[in-house]
Amino acid sequence: MRDEAAAEVASGSGVTAISVDRLVVRFEGNDGSITALSDVDFEVPEGGFVTMLGPSGCGKSTLLRAIADLVPVSEGGIRVFGRTPEQSRLARDFAFVFQDSTLLPWRSAIDNVRLPLEVGRRGGVELERHAEPEELLALVGLEGREEALPHELSGGMKQRVSIARALVQKPRVLLMDEPFGALDEITRDKLNEELLRIWRETGTTIMFVTHSVPEAAFLGRKCLVLSAQPGRVRGYVGIDLAEPRQLGVRDTLEFVQITSHLRSLLEVEE
Amino acid sequence: MKAVGYGKAQALAAPAGDPGRRMEKWRHRAPAIAAALGLLLLWQLIVDGFGVPTYIAPSPVQVLEVFGKEGEILWINFWPTLMEAAAGFALGNGIAVVLAVWFVHSQLAERAFYPIAVFINTIPIIAIAPILVLMLGNGYAPKIVIAALICFFPTLVNMVRGLKSVSPQMLDLMRVLSANQAEVLWKIRLQSSLPFLFAALKIASTTSVIGAIVGEWIGSNYGLGSLIIEATYNFRAPLLYATVILGAGMAVAAFTITTIVERRVLKWKPGDVI
Repeated sequence: MRDEAAAEVASGSGVTAISVDRLVVRFEGNDGSITALSDVDFEVPEGGFVTMLGPSGCGKSTLLRAIADLVPVSEGGIRVFGRTPEQSRLARDFAFVFQDSTLLPWRSAIDNVRLPLEVGRRGGVELERHAEPEELLALVGLEGREEALPHELSGGMKQRVSIARALVQKPRVLLMDEPFGALDEITRDKLNEELLRIWRETGTTIMFVTHSVPEAAFLGRKCLVLSAQPGRVRGYVGIDLAEPRQLGVRDTLEFVQITSHLRSLLEVEE
Repeated sequence: MKAVGYGKAQALAAPAGDPGRRMEKWRHRAPAIAAALGLLLLWQLIVDGFGVPTYIAPSPVQVLEVFGKEGEILWINFWPTLMEAAAGFALGNGIAVVLAVWFVHSQLAERAFYPIAVFINTIPIIAIAPILVLMLGNGYAPKIVIAALICFFPTLVNMVRGLKSVSPQMLDLMRVLSANQAEVLWKIRLQSSLPFLFAALKIASTTSVIGAIVGEWIGSNYGLGSLIIEATYNFRAPLLYATVILGAGMAVAAFTITTIVERRVLKWKPGDVI
């Protein structure tokens, strides 16, 4: 593993942040086992932005949860910077952003951002790297709302707080599970643009699950397309668009060609 | 007349705001107050009009007189009952909260003791009272235990539900952060359970008073409960009524205090706290 990574650095292609190797995830149900993911193989380079696209129930969330050590791996392997999901969870290599903002309703915005610094530090695991909560709220555009309680914030603002909370531990990887799925389109567009800005400013590797084709194409430098039942890799598409990306890019011919290609990959099975 | 009063309130509301809102509150309560006063008046008229003997049903005025004439007896007996109710409230709810925390962390404990808790709850409190008097004697102890028993079960059930009310995503978040059980309890579960706990505490605040009074019915010579029995046997109906009103007042006060504390503690919960 280490040699491979070293070789990659030498060849100038960058370090691998996440590598998934012939991954199989099975769930034991009442009537036998269900295969959620079968033979999934891909890599995410450090600093990359990979979107995961697929129909509902294709296991894209399961894949993200397996990387986050929330779902056990049945076969194959996952490595995050060369470590197992459990090791990297304990080392706080990654942070997770859920579809629901999962803020603690009794804590102010700033205290919600502080939560990761308060828990999970047993066994002397010191967080040698962490960001200032105030600066992060400013980064996500919530300056002046530090003391607001979650019920005083809109859905979009809550999700901004939850992104700031994920960033407070300076994760090397940000795992996002349909974070903007419950928001209206206008808010979603705005947050998409801001997420790209945050990505450029922090250099964090991002894996982003969505079932929106335009969102997957707009955000991702690469897009992993999964098929349903069991989840398999349909394609791992590189997305070349003018940088830095702005929402207007979605009206260009290149963008439409990319989204139609992604759609064709999704439609193969049906 | 009414239209003028309304206009005045509106005029006041514009510059100050607060007096206007107070007026609004009173207008909201006025029907209930008027109805209560009307019923009291009706009661007075019936007692006077039909010449109902005092030992069967005293008039409101006679009951009111007791508070002046026999205020000291009421006062002396008020305190023990309040103490027992408060101690029972603390004991019963305290044990219920601790047990709930244990149940949430140990399925074995929940399976073993939850049915026993349900069983204890099914025994009528009036039937337990004599048993406890035999066991614990004639002092404060059996009354406190009865008040505690009556609080215990609703709080246990609500607290277990409250501690389990944490969303699966929240637990996922805590797992990603490698938080341990104690951290999940202190940072998440206890606060999540507070709305459920206060729902139970509001019930317990009034039932603990009932528990203390019922405890005093059996072989006791102090407290509102024993005063109720004494007044009944001596046909002192006005005193009996006054005692009952005092007991009810205690329960209402306990409920109000609990509600005020709830409002303070649950500021983060929007809207639904009444």
